[in-house]
Amino acid sequence: MSTLQRDPGEQVRVLDEDGRVVDGATVPDLDDEELVGMYRNMRLARHFDQRAVSLQRQGRMGTYPPLSGQEGAQVGSATALAEEDWLVPSYREHGASYVRGVPLAQTLRYWMGDERGNELRELNVFPVAVPIATQVLHATGLAWASKLKGEERAFLCYFGDGATSEGDFHEGLNFAGVFDVPSVFFCNNNQWAISVPRERQTAAATLAQKAVAYGFEGVQVDGMDPLAVYRVTREALRKARDPGEGELRPTLIEAVQYRFGAHTTADDPSVYREDEEVERWKRKDPIPRLESYLYEQGLLDDERIDAIVTSVEEEVADAIETAEQFERPEPGAVFEHVYAEMPRRLREQARELEQLRERHGDEELLE
Amino acid sequence: MSTQEQATGNLTLVQAVRDGLYGEMERDEDVIVLGEDVGRNGGVFRATQGLYDEFGEDRVIDTPLAESGIVGTSVGMAAYGLRPVPEIQFMGFIYPAFDQIISHAARLRTRSRGRFSCPLVVRAPYGGGIRAPEHHSESKEAFFVHEPGLKVVIPSTPRDTKGLLASAIRDPDPVIFLEPKLIYRAFREEVPDETYTVPLGEAATRREGEDVSVFTWGAMTRPTLEAAESLAEEGIECDVVDLRTLSPLDEDAIIESFKRTGRACVVHEAPKTGGLAGEITATIQEEALLYQEAPIERVTGFDTPFPLYALEDYYLPEAARIEDGIRRAYEF
Repeated sequence: MSTLQRDPGEQVRVLDEDGRVVDGATVPDLDDEELVGMYRNMRLARHFDQRAVSLQRQGRMGTYPPLSGQEGAQVGSATALAEEDWLVPSYREHGASYVRGVPLAQTLRYWMGDERGNELRELNVFPVAVPIATQVLHATGLAWASKLKGEERAFLCYFGDGATSEGDFHEGLNFAGVFDVPSVFFCNNNQWAISVPRERQTAAATLAQKAVAYGFEGVQVDGMDPLAVYRVTREALRKARDPGEGELRPTLIEAVQYRFGAHTTADDPSVYREDEEVERWKRKDPIPRLESYLYEQGLLDDERIDAIVTSVEEEVADAIETAEQFERPEPGAVFEHVYAEMPRRLREQARELEQLRERHGDEELLE
Repeated sequence: MSTQEQATGNLTLVQAVRDGLYGEMERDEDVIVLGEDVGRNGGVFRATQGLYDEFGEDRVIDTPLAESGIVGTSVGMAAYGLRPVPEIQFMGFIYPAFDQIISHAARLRTRSRGRFSCPLVVRAPYGGGIRAPEHHSESKEAFFVHEPGLKVVIPSTPRDTKGLLASAIRDPDPVIFLEPKLIYRAFREEVPDETYTVPLGEAATRREGEDVSVFTWGAMTRPTLEAAESLAEEGIECDVVDLRTLSPLDEDAIIESFKRTGRACVVHEAPKTGGLAGEITATIQEEALLYQEAPIERVTGFDTPFPLYALEDYYLPEAARIEDGIRRAYEF
């Protein structure tokens, strides 16, 4: 059976919960270095996440959306991107963005309240979208424009289970099907849209099956199995770039997974879900699963794992140091980049702010 | 119809829209048009007539019926280097796209510190007076003027329409281009065949006078001029300024006119509360208070939902109502 052409309810899996290859599953064609690289990226995403949450708790960073539990989906999918492809994130894709080359310090900078964290273009990563599902339309538009320009590249768009209830999800996938654009819609179904469970988003048995209504494939994958996620995403991206006879370019991927932590650092999940449920999902944790597999393959041992852990800790610590050393933006920066050319009123308001600062000094002004 | 009216280049406002789109599409292959019924059908008002045959289905695109989809995909296309000109069939149906316009088109440049921009032009016919069903008569320019990052343009003549549309399409920022459908076919004007631009942010004086400044735009320009001519017979001379661009406002033109007259009346068909007349009044008071000789009058639509057409003539400011407003400013 092909990876994508299957019943949307039949989940693609490669590794079981203990990291053993599932009967009949094909392990994707990744070399040793790539496999260990995926493991390292997941460890890094987890460690980064833990540090980021504690930075927020210590008052060193603003509200932050954690990703723990979702490393397999993020790293597995982003690893499948070709260099010329694009990544269109929601607000939780710190791991996927890192795989794509976004420096951790930039991600921290954004969540520390400085828009310059989004100041990226050359990595083919679209700026973070905070509203729900709106970026689905941007991904369709980006992919459409690329197709109209005669390019062959794919656009990987991330969103959550809650986003599938929004009108923009429907419109984005519908346009993608009608105009056959090279986009891959990657749904991180982490079971909870803040406090509302997946069952409250739709009566449909799966989210993947929604693709049927748009005329293209929908596939459900174990989102905590990085190898399965990689395999499905790789195939979907390939189809987006170069569809076979009678194939439509877009694919909807539903990556079934779990958010171990809170929706954001402003959220307390103990109000709406049981610890027992969290523990049950933790048995599917993507990191030990891939670790066991790589151990079994002889690609990892305790010593190599220790070395990875140390290097990950150092890299994250360095990124935090860099982020905290970035100079705060100049107050006048709020007036820049509203328009290509600053209109008169903004020039006047920029002057007004400067005069206020001169008259009162920042300390008095911000008291 | 006289021979002159049929002469090439003698166009109605809606023909000038079509002519402007044609010129820009011919000039720049990144310019594309998309929306509901804009392709084969040529638009419900014929604003895109013939473009589909000329430029093909990849550049004149009939989309599914989904306003957020039309604008949201245009945001992606604009960010990727195209110059999309999405059409919203009537301004009253723009609200499903509001989130995409406000949250994304207007903010993409800021959000990415200038690494991405969003050079799209959302075209929509606006305003009342055409005996249309509910939701087909709205004039809600103030929503968009209120949003930093957007520009808002409303032409009132065929010649300006073509030139302003060209400027809007070539502009590096998102523009909301509102077309006064009441006067889509009300009159003709000589419009140059070649492409040209009328700069954004510059008002046009339609009539000079030293007694009262009257600020207006779009479909209200004609009844305002009518009122001004009628008042001239009584010896009251109005300085009628058609603002043309509502964001950014041409404050220089407003203040220059007001300093000469010391009296002003603002005319718009949108509801009074929160409308642009309030903004213009405040601007005058900030910049030219000591020149002021009378309260600034506002002649506007009422603060009600736009009525069905049996009563729309009472809702829309007409020459007589505008004349009253100007007279109040003059006689104070």
